[in-house]
Amino acid sequence: MTRTPTSTHDSLARELARRDAAWWRDLAARLAVSIGGVSTILFIVAIFAFIGSQGFEFAWNRLSWSELFFGTRWEPTVSPPTYGAWAMIAGTAWITAVAMLVAVPLSFCAAVYIGEFATGRRREWLKILVELLAAIPSVVWGVIGLQVFNPMIQSVFGVQIGLNVLNAGLILGLMAAPIMTTLAEDALKAVPDSYREAAEALGATRWQVIYKVVLPHARPGLSAAVLLGIGRAFGETIAVLMASGHTLMAPGSVFDSAATLTATIAAELGEAAVDSDHYQALFVLGLVLFFITFAINLLADRIVRGRRRS
Amino acid sequence: MVDLPKRRPDEVLVHAKEAPPAIEVARLNLWYGKFQALHDVDLTIKSGIVTALIGPSGCGKSTLLRSCNRINERLGYVTTTGTIKVLGEDIYGEQASRIQVRAHVGMVFQRPNPLPLSIRDNVLFGHRLHATRHSSRADEDGMVEQALREVLLWDRVKDRLQHKATGLSLEEQQKLCIARLLPTKPTVLLMDEPCSALDPEATSAVEDLIWDLRGHYSILIVTHNMAQARRASDECVFMLMGRVVEHSATEAMFVSPQQQQTSDYIEGRFG
Repeated sequence: MTRTPTSTHDSLARELARRDAAWWRDLAARLAVSIGGVSTILFIVAIFAFIGSQGFEFAWNRLSWSELFFGTRWEPTVSPPTYGAWAMIAGTAWITAVAMLVAVPLSFCAAVYIGEFATGRRREWLKILVELLAAIPSVVWGVIGLQVFNPMIQSVFGVQIGLNVLNAGLILGLMAAPIMTTLAEDALKAVPDSYREAAEALGATRWQVIYKVVLPHARPGLSAAVLLGIGRAFGETIAVLMASGHTLMAPGSVFDSAATLTATIAAELGEAAVDSDHYQALFVLGLVLFFITFAINLLADRIVRGRRRS
Repeated sequence: MVDLPKRRPDEVLVHAKEAPPAIEVARLNLWYGKFQALHDVDLTIKSGIVTALIGPSGCGKSTLLRSCNRINERLGYVTTTGTIKVLGEDIYGEQASRIQVRAHVGMVFQRPNPLPLSIRDNVLFGHRLHATRHSSRADEDGMVEQALREVLLWDRVKDRLQHKATGLSLEEQQKLCIARLLPTKPTVLLMDEPCSALDPEATSAVEDLIWDLRGHYSILIVTHNMAQARRASDECVFMLMGRVVEHSATEAMFVSPQQQQTSDYIEGRFG
């Protein structure tokens, strides 16, 4: 396209005021992107408001918080009802702890292998497979817990019930490992290669490079990976419900069945009458979960950011 | 206090003639994948002097330098044939471990690359990798002081040895990168354009340091800077397209180059 040179002042002014297609596309794109960005905040606030509104009246007027956190009996349908969530809190903590014992070594080893040892095609394939592993639906993991781990735990450890903390922890650990692997590998990748080169030039072996230079430098990112993995384990519902045995008693060992906060909400919300105390109490549990995961994510974010600033 | 014997330049050169060569490269060929970067390189680097490798970008001078402590092998796709002997020992031989090679042949990089550790830990890093037994704190302190004195950094950093090395100025970082090679008592120091990330003042300080270290170590330095090669080396090796074109005393090369290509290059007609 050829443009005629603007000879008079008038036509230059018109030319400068012209809005071409690119200008409009830019405006549209900026609008679309900002709406997307702002809606994230909107959703968080809306969800928080919804959960809060459902449980607020009950939590404010009739709930004893000390009973909620430390009470051992969760009997919302008995008269008089009790709302002690200690068993679920303990169950969640136990199962998450076992999950991390499984997931942290597994994902860190995988990340170190993918990030530091594997090269070329093998590395690309592994990354794809890890992401594929993260995409397995949680109900499938639940079925594996029920049908595979359950009899396996019974026969290996000689226990009566294979649906317990160990089972749910293993399942959750395997579920959290892929995302933790991806995050940990990102953290390793962020370590400048000049550090590795410097250490190798001084005569460090590959392993010395990794544990003396790469891992210490990647520690904030690795901590964030663990925290997000914990968040993932906390929030998982259906697989734990299927694998944990769902028993409302604080577990004393990994071979005891247990219940988690999420599984209890999932299992009981359907049978609780809308707006009943029981219904509202479940929303209070949801609120507790929300705060815990929120705090974990915030902490992970702080760790990563804090490192970047320094 | 650590006292370093100073040698006069002529003494250094006499020493260089008598001592066995620091590095002997014989029929060295090197490929990156299918691309051949070095062709039949034969080269003898004398002991105790500074030898500069010059040539245009891509001529293979860095590749040759990086072959001398086998850091090239970090890239999985490098193939090398021929031999490189350091003090008479083939570093590519079956018995040679590249870990040990690197303790004896230190390397300084283009951009100062101190590790994200304290100054003290940086100096001791190589030593701790190679020490066969645990050193006492006093031994380590002595080692740190001696290494930092050798690179003329001690007085500037002695009160902040626990500070992060990455907080030092670029000049100090580069000197630290030289200092951390010294505790493993290397015989050869390789330097890959060690001043190219530094400002003129820092360049001159690091050059002076390199000149000071001469005699104690055999130094092979890659440089793009003709003036630097001229003022800070005893011998010069001119490379082109993966081959050694000319190797002579620095003065001789700059005053009366034997090859047309050499004179074209040092007069700035290409490169």
